Amino acid sequence: MTASPLNLTGSQPHRTPLYERHVALGGRIVDFGGWLLPQQYTSIRDEHFAVRKVAGLFDISHMGRLYVDGPAAEAELQRLFTNDIAKLEPGHALYTLMCKEDGGVIDDLVVYRQDRDRFVVVVNAANREKDVAWIREHLNPAVSMADRTAEVSLIAFQGPRAEELLPSGTTDTKAIPYFGFRPGELAGIPVLISRTGYTGEDGFELFIDAEHVGKAWDAILEAGTPAGVRPAGLGARDATRLEAALRLYGNDMDETVNPYEAGLGWTVKLGKGEFLGRSALVKVREEGPRRTLIGLKTDPGSILRHGAAVMGAGGRAGVVTSGTHSFFLGHPIALAMVEVPSFPVGDVVAVQVRGREAPAEVVKLPFYRGSARSAVAPAKS
Amino acid sequence: MADRRYTKSHEWLTVDGRNVTVGITDFAQSELGDVVFLDLPAPGRKLAVREAFGVVESVKAASDLYSPVAGSITAVNEKLAAHPELINSDPYGDGWILKIELSGELPSDLLDEAAYKQVAEA
Repeated sequence: MTASPLNLTGSQPHRTPLYERHVALGGRIVDFGGWLLPQQYTSIRDEHFAVRKVAGLFDISHMGRLYVDGPAAEAELQRLFTNDIAKLEPGHALYTLMCKEDGGVIDDLVVYRQDRDRFVVVVNAANREKDVAWIREHLNPAVSMADRTAEVSLIAFQGPRAEELLPSGTTDTKAIPYFGFRPGELAGIPVLISRTGYTGEDGFELFIDAEHVGKAWDAILEAGTPAGVRPAGLGARDATRLEAALRLYGNDMDETVNPYEAGLGWTVKLGKGEFLGRSALVKVREEGPRRTLIGLKTDPGSILRHGAAVMGAGGRAGVVTSGTHSFFLGHPIALAMVEVPSFPVGDVVAVQVRGREAPAEVVKLPFYRGSARSAVAPAKS
Repeated sequence: MADRRYTKSHEWLTVDGRNVTVGITDFAQSELGDVVFLDLPAPGRKLAVREAFGVVESVKAASDLYSPVAGSITAVNEKLAAHPELINSDPYGDGWILKIELSGELPSDLLDEAAYKQVAEA
């Protein structure tokens, strides 16, 4: 079945090219930042376990895909982003932040370098329009930027057995390093295969033309379902990323939060040269951030929800930024932004839960370390 | 099998003499999503009609549970502590929540299947 091209200038909510499939698979459709996507197909529990034990398949076509080209592209992106684009080799990707002059985070995103002058920037769906406007405003007009979100779709196949369970005939992925990517084929369709993801598991994000993504989706499910592969929705996506302590823009950070407060100082390369926000961030680095993100866990029955107050011995110390119940770990987990001095691992704080205070233990991050092949030692959070 | 009756707050009950079994409906579990925890009282506790007796918590939200009848609790489903997902997978069977010994009469405003269906679909 052919998908008609997305009309992203039309009224929301938008549907990805895979919408009909989500409905046919029993997906409970919700409006996620203006996009109709499945929260779950069968249950968050089943899908969460599928991702951690076998592999899950996510439609992430709502995320923005911006194609930036030109001989000045590297220099321009170097100025816009906190991480070091000059060090990014073709065929590799880089997680970075984009900040305002005052150091507040505009978005977190991944830059893929296709060759010396061609980049793909994948941004959060909720920030796509904001990011496009910001980049256009600050980009040298000699560098072109095309928003190809409507033409190119993105699906994520994540889990310890993802590589093993790709359909037969798929380009060999074993040599693709973590955060590396290369063009290839899946079910006879051209795809860009990237060893990246948002679950803490090994797996791939696949860039596929919108008109062919349905065929690729079907092929992956057909090949993998007998082994336990499942389509997975937003609920499983949020639970797995939180277990891996991966930040969610809008929850864990926004424009009032700087990278150091979000525990993402490792993405900021102050020594690389000038970039937007640099002088403000130098100051934060020197003085130390005033807040920091910590991990909390509670007993079942006390899910810590976004916005809940965190109380220490001296009174209110911070707020929960992300929280959910982890079916895989068997208890609720949360990230909280608290004032410095923070709490050492092992301390117990009190968090507002349904009108009472529940004890929550401060724990090390990540909550769970999956099969993702980290290239370097895990970042300090 | 005794006929099932329903409340507007999405509980169901079956009656066998003075013994009433209570749970939440399939519609309720579907709306809640995956149940992670139930906060339930101990056997022996006396309940009034429509008294809030506990909480069912899912990933999405926490909802109060209301007693459809007056009586005293004779049993609480012990399996739910370790397997709250029974509420989702078998809301009318293994996902039962309480057994109550009825005191007085059944309330006259309990809904039958057809009437509850209208409530759920409203």
